[in-house]
Amino acid sequence: MSQSLFERLGGEAAVDAAVDIFYRKVLSDNRIAHFFEGVDMATQAAKQKTFLSMAFGGPNRYSGGDMRNAHARLVKNGLNASHFDAVMENLAATMQELNVPEELIAEAAAIAESTRKDVLGQ
Amino acid sequence: MPDIRYDGQTYPLRDGQTVLECLTEHGASVPFGCRSGVCQTCLMRAEVGHPPEASQKGLKPALKAGNYFLPCICHPDESLSVSLPGREVARIPATVVGMELLNAEIMHVSLQPRERIKYRAGQFINLYRGENLARSYSLASLPTEDSHIHIHVRRVPEGKVSHWVHDALRPGDTVEVQGPSGDCFYLPGTPEQGLLLIGTGSGLAPLYGIVRDALAQGHTGPIRLFHGSRNRSGLYLIDRLRELARNYSNFDYTPCLSGGPVPEGFASGRAHQVALNEVSNLAGWRVFLCGHPEMVKVAQKAAFLAGASMKDIACDAFTSSAPPG
Repeated sequence: MSQSLFERLGGEAAVDAAVDIFYRKVLSDNRIAHFFEGVDMATQAAKQKTFLSMAFGGPNRYSGGDMRNAHARLVKNGLNASHFDAVMENLAATMQELNVPEELIAEAAAIAESTRKDVLGQ
Repeated sequence: MPDIRYDGQTYPLRDGQTVLECLTEHGASVPFGCRSGVCQTCLMRAEVGHPPEASQKGLKPALKAGNYFLPCICHPDESLSVSLPGREVARIPATVVGMELLNAEIMHVSLQPRERIKYRAGQFINLYRGENLARSYSLASLPTEDSHIHIHVRRVPEGKVSHWVHDALRPGDTVEVQGPSGDCFYLPGTPEQGLLLIGTGSGLAPLYGIVRDALAQGHTGPIRLFHGSRNRSGLYLIDRLRELARNYSNFDYTPCLSGGPVPEGFASGRAHQVALNEVSNLAGWRVFLCGHPEMVKVAQKAAFLAGASMKDIACDAFTSSAPPG
């Protein structure tokens, strides 16, 4: 029986476990922390949760256009590929910390990677 | 541009205006308090049209489903017909049964509501001065121990309600209260969990209630309270809290002073900095942050980075209402 990536990763419980770890890494990462200055943390945590849910192959409400619009202002303020790469690194590190098998990490990373052009407004 | 229809009138909404700004600009008489989406004094219902989800922040599911929303944070995408809510958010008359100055700025007020209000220590009520002027005050009382509800009202510069409380209100007077609201309260079920409570100014009110609530419910884990002010004159209940710490081995109280040299028995520095130095790993802890908005914001991030889960950090920022423009 073939399970979806989301189910194999552990579904919503896995997302919940990952959000705090991922968000903490992002806020402590000097390459990207400044993009989160002054943002309401609870609101941002909810967005991280939706992002992770999407990356884990789960239910997601963001369209390509949503990702584009959400990051447009940041792109104007200098958001570039290096920042996207930093987020990807933090995502992988989060999953490693949760002992997710490498092949599942790769699947999730591929989903996240597919948002690159929309996030960077390319 | 959307219109706002209220009480038989139609008002055009200007670009970037909130529904509340639109109504008050046109002289509509509607209640409001903090104007930042926290106190829920301005709660209204959209009879026609759908308020954006962002303007329903903090409302219980039943209210969200009923198209209730907070006009002070509402930027609608479409025209709305709005009305004030009915009896379910009724104001209850309450008698002032006692008042006591806890320090130069902070007045303890004991109220006896005409109907029993079901609340948990740490939640807040809206206190009305007249028909439309309200402010939120956190409950320092414990329902199982105190026969009245207690609030700590800090005199703020040009404070319309705080000045009235300090200078005009008297025991025997009747006021109106509404509530309770808020999710800054003790949750039983994890009696061994570490509890970290950080407050400034009258932020001690909810924390004092929460500490006593935890202890009354048999909490066994460490309970660490840090209350900070620039000067000694800004602190209060010091002796009472020291007594509580002597009586309960798992409760610890640290008064913090940030302005200059500190006497014996006080910690030097800002409350949240002292707290996070002393409890540097907050994984698994529940954190309560009450008082100055800047402290709450900074401490929330620091507590999170120190390992506390976002959902375990309860924030109650005491905003002042800016004078109307």
